[in-house]
Amino acid sequence: MSTASTASRLAARIIDIHKFYELGEVNVHALRGVSAEFPEGDFVAIMGASGSGKSTMLNLLGGLDRPSSGQYILGGVDVSGLTDLELSEIRNQMIGFIFQSYNLIAQYTVLENIQMPLQYRPGRPPITADEIDRCVELGVMVGLGDRLDHKPFQLSGGQQQRVAIARALVNNPEIILADEPTGNLDSVTKAEIMQILTDLNHEGRTIIMVTHEPDIAEYARHQITMRDGVIFDEKYA
Amino acid sequence: MNYLLRTLQLGYKSLWLHKLRSGLAMLGILIGVTAVIWLVALGEGVSYQAQQQIKDLGATNIIVKSSKPAQGSTGDTGLVIAYGLTRADYQRILESVPTITRAVPMREISTTGRAQGRSAEVQLLGITEDYFGINQLKVSRGRLLAPHDMDRKENVCVIGDATAEALFKHEDPIGKTIELAYNNTSDLFVVVGITQSRTPTAAIGGSLAGRDYNFDVYIPLPTFRARIGDQVITSRSGGFEGELVELNQITVTVGDVEDVEEAADIVTILLEKYHKYQDYSIVVPKELLRQAEMLRLMFNVLLVLIAGISLVVGGIGIMNIMLATVTERTREIGIRRAIGATQPDIVWQFLGETVVLSGTGGLLGVAAGFLCYPVVSGIQFAVQQSVPDLWATIPPTIRDLQPMVAPWSIIAAFGISVGVGVLFGLYPARRAAMMDPIEALRHE
Repeated sequence: MSTASTASRLAARIIDIHKFYELGEVNVHALRGVSAEFPEGDFVAIMGASGSGKSTMLNLLGGLDRPSSGQYILGGVDVSGLTDLELSEIRNQMIGFIFQSYNLIAQYTVLENIQMPLQYRPGRPPITADEIDRCVELGVMVGLGDRLDHKPFQLSGGQQQRVAIARALVNNPEIILADEPTGNLDSVTKAEIMQILTDLNHEGRTIIMVTHEPDIAEYARHQITMRDGVIFDEKYA
Repeated sequence: MNYLLRTLQLGYKSLWLHKLRSGLAMLGILIGVTAVIWLVALGEGVSYQAQQQIKDLGATNIIVKSSKPAQGSTGDTGLVIAYGLTRADYQRILESVPTITRAVPMREISTTGRAQGRSAEVQLLGITEDYFGINQLKVSRGRLLAPHDMDRKENVCVIGDATAEALFKHEDPIGKTIELAYNNTSDLFVVVGITQSRTPTAAIGGSLAGRDYNFDVYIPLPTFRARIGDQVITSRSGGFEGELVELNQITVTVGDVEDVEEAADIVTILLEKYHKYQDYSIVVPKELLRQAEMLRLMFNVLLVLIAGISLVVGGIGIMNIMLATVTERTREIGIRRAIGATQPDIVWQFLGETVVLSGTGGLLGVAAGFLCYPVVSGIQFAVQQSVPDLWATIPPTIRDLQPMVAPWSIIAAFGISVGVGVLFGLYPARRAAMMDPIEALRHE
């Protein structure tokens, strides 16, 4: 995954994406022809003010929503016309989500939260002992080896976000989507979380992150700024 | 299979987080299921009693009884009222019913028996030897009446065990004499046997009175006729009352159950032809049995309907809880959807919870259903021990009631409860699945 030969391969690509919403009487044109390429191993920060279309973009990239027109090619597959069932599988297999508010399942332990994506794999096969071992390893990797049986409420914000990162990695996704991953954290923890993401990127993971904080965006190699539903500025660090 | 198991496990886990809420929702189903099982068990117990009594009467029997007509309707003047079955009726029935295997006549009066300086109110019955057999009366000491007692018109008697207890206490009554009073005179009878105690029968509907065999005194019918005769005068407060009755009851037995209706028709026609008034009644146990069976079926349908309503109420409770749960866990639904759960996954997840809820409630209800017998027996025992006076006034139908848990009611109740769970869980589960994952993730 981290070899140079595959670096040129595109993890994700969007071509002339439009997105319309009907909000009651008002028709919102949230994305107005957005095109972008995300090579494998990329670390992207999508920035923009609220209403710029960055959230819509993230939802589309995450397979939570479908474009009104245009194409979204993820790992070589055009996913823009898929059904809800197919999109669910794409989300499970090709995308790892990290949210601002961590979004762990409150009643599950750390280990159970990390295992959760395994539960929804295609065919719903039972989770094997080897896979549980792998989840434990991921927990250890994010520094929570001694808290695997804790419930989310027993953890700090930073620790919860680490669990979410481990969860995002379980199914070896094509891209990791981070929505304001440090939005709820203090500056020290922020740096720790960003360090983990940077390390993951160095291992070859493709990371697409939405943020409105310029200093967080600095961690990324590839910065996209959105305004009024189009890409306003795009630059590589 | 594995997926199903995991889904149920997941449901159980989520419900365990809200023990009180889940417990209350479960209670609705539990009560519904228990109600079905208890009601059916009590109903089955009562109808079993009735059916047993009717069966004791014999499905191949037709019972014809004398019944006193309403005062004045006979046109008789004077103190003595003549009514009821006659020896001629008996002969005609014997000769006219082709499928008859036997007919057992009986004559009966209430009187006082005396022995050893004690006295007791007894039923004095003039019978033939077949009477014991058709009434399931068995000898406990001595012997029953035999054909030679009839032929010789012997002054012998067989007594019920309560009669024996009342008149002889701890002595052996066999060979001793009882003085039986009637028509201002009395006769002595030698006790030759005692019958085993028999549970008194309860009345069945309006057609058959209850009967306590234990205070009976049986003497040969020919002896009854020779010593007492047909006319019996009893002194009542303020005067005398007389009855002229040849036979109180004739029990007709036919060879096959199939022949009962035809035989009953013949008996009816015969009696109608020779009796000016309706001074008899005909009881066909087979007919009663059929009616009781019908009644039982109707009763069961009604009970299941009522219990079904309580289960539906329980189901609404479950739906309420599940709707609250779905709203409360909107965020969780969003997370699961983002991580790859499909709409069917979400439906199964919440359906799994309702099935666990209603299934567990159902199982506990079944367990509580099995408590019916011990609880009812316990109450019966407690009342009998602590308030015997009250106990004595309770009708035997309730005193001797043994609830019978019907296997079908368990299956039906449990099935309905799970069905109700699925039915009422479907809407909340669908609602959860139809949520837009983006909206759900934003939900606070």
